[in-house]
Amino acid sequence: MNAAADFKTRAQTLTRDLRHRLLIQTALRKYEVVRDRTKAQFRDWEAARQAAARTKWEAVNHLDKYLNELVGKLEARGTKVHWASTGGQAREIILGIIREKKARSIIKSKAMTSEEIHLNEALEEAGFEVVESDLGEFIVQLRKEAPYHIVFPAMHLTRGDISELFTRELGSAPTQNPEDLTMIARRVLRQKYINADVGLTGANFAIAETGMISITENEGNARLTAALPKVMITLLGIEKVLPRLEDLALFLPMLATAGTGQLLTCYNSLYGGPRLTGEADGPEKFHVILLDNHRTELLADAEQRDALHCIRCGACLNVCPIFRNVGGHTYGTTYSGPIGSVITPHLRGLQDWKHLSYASSLCGACTETCPVKINLHHHLLQNRRNASKQKPALIEKLAFKGYAAVVNRPGVYQLVKKAGRVLQKIHPLVRGTRADPAYGWTKTRDLPPIARQTFKEYWRGRNAK
Amino acid sequence: MSEKEQILARVREALKSPASHPGDAHAHPQPASALAPSNTSRQWLPAVGETFEDQMQLFRKNAADLKADFHLVEGWEQASRVLMKLRDQERWQRVGAHKGDLTGAACAALGLPVCHTDRPYDLAALESCDAGITECDALIAQTGSVLVTSRSAGGRALSVLPPHHVVLARREQLLSDLLAGFELLKRKYSDNYPSFISFITGPSRTGDIERVLVLGAHGPKKLTIVCL
Repeated sequence: MNAAADFKTRAQTLTRDLRHRLLIQTALRKYEVVRDRTKAQFRDWEAARQAAARTKWEAVNHLDKYLNELVGKLEARGTKVHWASTGGQAREIILGIIREKKARSIIKSKAMTSEEIHLNEALEEAGFEVVESDLGEFIVQLRKEAPYHIVFPAMHLTRGDISELFTRELGSAPTQNPEDLTMIARRVLRQKYINADVGLTGANFAIAETGMISITENEGNARLTAALPKVMITLLGIEKVLPRLEDLALFLPMLATAGTGQLLTCYNSLYGGPRLTGEADGPEKFHVILLDNHRTELLADAEQRDALHCIRCGACLNVCPIFRNVGGHTYGTTYSGPIGSVITPHLRGLQDWKHLSYASSLCGACTETCPVKINLHHHLLQNRRNASKQKPALIEKLAFKGYAAVVNRPGVYQLVKKAGRVLQKIHPLVRGTRADPAYGWTKTRDLPPIARQTFKEYWRGRNAK
Repeated sequence: MSEKEQILARVREALKSPASHPGDAHAHPQPASALAPSNTSRQWLPAVGETFEDQMQLFRKNAADLKADFHLVEGWEQASRVLMKLRDQERWQRVGAHKGDLTGAACAALGLPVCHTDRPYDLAALESCDAGITECDALIAQTGSVLVTSRSAGGRALSVLPPHHVVLARREQLLSDLLAGFELLKRKYSDNYPSFISFITGPSRTGDIERVLVLGAHGPKKLTIVCL
């Protein structure tokens, strides 16, 4: 399989799909309006960004210290902490916990890390029932699709699509009302919660100082996942750690504002252990799995280390002109948009995924919007540089050599221009066809005509008069 | 070497090459800790007002924007009238609650069967409750949030499983901002934190279908805050 060719094909199809474009652009315009309104409530959004970036810098650049602190605090209060270098190891650990509990059904709240390690496939293959409980994730799971967007998983679907899907998969009556559709999912998922043996969550932050996992959500599905089943498993990337509890006073409103435009997401919950003595509910066992999965390789790249500051708010996707036109599934990656284009080459191989770094207008909208100031569009350039350093593109090199040979010699340059004017006359014979040497350009674009005379020629003629 | 040691070894190896600070990509890396005192963030976040009245007004406004019902009442008489009105309007048959001064008085006033969640309880019984009545640790003016913990609000499920969450709070529990909330948690629980802490900001909601706001996605469709 060729990821670059697939990307091109899908991008070409989707940019022509007007219905898709209308859907995405409408949703994202709505987002921009509320986000700007909320940003305006901050007394100084730029200073808040800088502070958030500095806090993340501190955490990521002293990751060993904060991880040790986090794990010590978690273990002291009865949480079992596991470490996984690879996705495969994380899957094995989770399967081990589930088998040991003789569990049958697993309820999940949104976790991009679980998408990253293809957990659902592994669990289903092993014969367990896994149900996504976030409404958007539930919808894409029913469609057997990956999430379209890291924050809005089903933003590519209309209410009609979802009604049709629910009628087919759940046997519900068709409806065009988003509230009715939400209530259908609520009823189905309530039963799943009551019956689930294991609850699996992701995490937005982990607090080293107090040994807590922080989960941000709007629906209450993560809270139910962490309240009802007997076993709770949290899968988180090692970069999620924050030094202090109070850091959340900054990060929670920033995540909400950048992510959805809310000042604060509906539920921001902290989990510091299993059910403690004197508590009447909550899981008996709490497992936390710390996942590396190539994060330490990104950490080793000092130039791009700040990509690990990412809080997965999705803001860079929302403003990206590429994302807005090609859509989330086109990327073929767990993390799409600018941040996905930056980190996927580190997670899955530079040569196979370098094409994403070229799918950019380098407009810098992503860097400007990022709440933790990741230097996103520069990292795209660095990926291009690293890719061609590692594996030089010979044709490109040759082309630039040829170009240099022409433009460095005025005589040759004049000759080429004259030849161009002549060849241009016969160009219409092949323009836009495969016989056209400029086909890569002319199949979708006009080729501007070469001027009848150059400026120098014009000047000479003018003075001669 | 265990997996833990291997990962930590890779982390230490990776961090040997220093990264420049955010915002100054071309400057030399600064070795010192970048952590500013945590209370400095306050000056950049949304303003809350100086006086108690300002903050109460802000909480009221935020609650209204979030579609939560907020009642600021004078004394217990008024509070129980609010509760009884809700009971009659929504035809409550049974409520969930935990032990506490305010919740105890509320249950007595309502005169309904109560599922108590501070001792082992039946999940199906709680699921069939029409409302969950809890106390809280604090109200946050800045965001219109209710701060609850498993200790102050009857565990993890009571405030999320029933379709209506009713919070009983006292005026003096109003705090200015999130930072004050975290400071309170530290003062109150220091080294013995409850296993669950949550900032509840409005009733459960989703916008996953065409970005249309729907209340009551998985948690409560209604959030009522009665402040005495």
